[in-house]
Amino acid sequence: MAKTLAEKILSKHSGKDLTAGDYAVCAVDFMLATDATAPIAIKSWREMGGEQISHPEKMVLVLDHATPCPNQKIAALHSLMRSFAAEHAIKLYEVGDGVCHQLVLEDRLVKAGELVLGADSHTCTYGALGAMSCGVGATDLAATMLTGKSWFRVPETIRIDLTGNFAPHVYAKDVILHIVGQLGSNGALYKSVEFYGEILDELELSSKATLCNMAVEMGAKNCFICDATTNISSDHDALFSETIQIDLSTIAPMVAKPHTVDNVEQVQSLEKTIINQGFIGSCTNGSLADLKIAANILSGGKIASGVRLLVSPASKKILIAAIKDGTIEILLDAGATLLTPGCGPCVGTHNGIPGDGENVISSTNRNFTGRMGNNKANVYLASPATVAASVLAGWITSSGEANL
Amino acid sequence: MILNGNVLKYGNNINTDVIIPGKYTKTLDLSELASHAMEDLDENFSQRLKNGDFVVGGDNFGCGSSREQAPLALKYAGVGCVVAKSFARIFFRNCINIGLPLIVCDTDFIADGDRLKYQLGANILRNETQKCSYDLQEFSQVMVKVMLAGGLINYLKNNNGEL
Repeated sequence: MAKTLAEKILSKHSGKDLTAGDYAVCAVDFMLATDATAPIAIKSWREMGGEQISHPEKMVLVLDHATPCPNQKIAALHSLMRSFAAEHAIKLYEVGDGVCHQLVLEDRLVKAGELVLGADSHTCTYGALGAMSCGVGATDLAATMLTGKSWFRVPETIRIDLTGNFAPHVYAKDVILHIVGQLGSNGALYKSVEFYGEILDELELSSKATLCNMAVEMGAKNCFICDATTNISSDHDALFSETIQIDLSTIAPMVAKPHTVDNVEQVQSLEKTIINQGFIGSCTNGSLADLKIAANILSGGKIASGVRLLVSPASKKILIAAIKDGTIEILLDAGATLLTPGCGPCVGTHNGIPGDGENVISSTNRNFTGRMGNNKANVYLASPATVAASVLAGWITSSGEANL
Repeated sequence: MILNGNVLKYGNNINTDVIIPGKYTKTLDLSELASHAMEDLDENFSQRLKNGDFVVGGDNFGCGSSREQAPLALKYAGVGCVVAKSFARIFFRNCINIGLPLIVCDTDFIADGDRLKYQLGANILRNETQKCSYDLQEFSQVMVKVMLAGGLINYLKNNNGEL
């Protein structure tokens, strides 16, 4: 019987012939946890009677959510992770190495067709490499650390066909914001999402990762990029719960307004909304390509008076490359403040907490009340290009007229 | 086990960031975690909540982060059960895994302050205030087993470490 990618991969990993709606226990190829989730995962694993990690070579721990460590309590959690990793021969990424999802992508820790669990909701990012990767909670991950397996409900699949070409000043972030706006925050609840389209072959990995990364913002379990690089696809007569066509040429620069990710509008309709802070970084948009796009817009200019711009490259490798090619200097000259590669500002743990009543324009993935650490601040989500253009102007604007 | 409690009613898309803000999640101190539950959504939550009460939402309850600290904060604050029309998938799994009972049913007519009664594992939810019952969405066998065991840790211990 014809199968979707999710049906194929979960069938292969369970040894059973599965279709959407079935439940199965599957072998997991790779797993990951961060300083936001690993401490509870370790605690749960010990309470389960854990003594040896089922496959330590298939696991990584990443210090990225609160790095460098902001206080004594979190320091104890970081120490716990370091000693646990050493004791069980698990690879640990240290403070400053980068955001977990970027590290998995640039170190190619997963492959197409693999089944991956990460104790972080944006684990769905690795669909850009063709893996079926799903976010789970800490205790779920603990069970996989113990058994090498997890239970899965086989998801239905939404197929999204991208046609046409990007309009000027439009990026992958605008496309996924448009799609989240169209489908809503529960539009892909429990589902697998598959992206198709010739345009995918022309995109950098970082853009494909941006598309997959935010699939969870419409409730998806995972997301696949089906192009020549990943070389994966559903069977041609597989059953999809929904098939959606997106003509890229009709998409303008987009913004998600406070306080939900599906509250999406064209940048044009928000022009002149005053901003106090911009942020470029995170697992969604902290790539070298993203930093260069921003630097291109900011080159020779100065950010508006009274506005801060924070930049956190998504990894140390990106930071080094951006120092070498002059990108960082351009950003700093324009008035940016450089932060350690990590998650900090996006998740409101530390670094760049906005003030009461302030507006932030951010290249990140969530704008929920309190997301950046202050429940009286407003977060607008946009592409790095729109963030850069907005900090120059002092209000929300895109880097050029889209004329759509 | 029979759960009895009053309803604290909220809307659609209650996200994990308002259930427990990210700035409080990096801790293993569950009572401290619980003290911040829902504070960005309802500043009177901790005064209103009595032990065993039902938190009731609409669609897509628990959307957002994978943080297990969200259901843990609710559980250790004293929430007895979470009821919604639908749940975000990671939050759903997390509730079952940590032994916080949850129910999927139509919640449109459940009002703030209603008295609910639920026998864990049963297929109806009783509203004692409105003298009516609601049909519940059935869960898969594996979810029911983990929920009745009180969570995934107990389930694995009872099952010799096998899923």
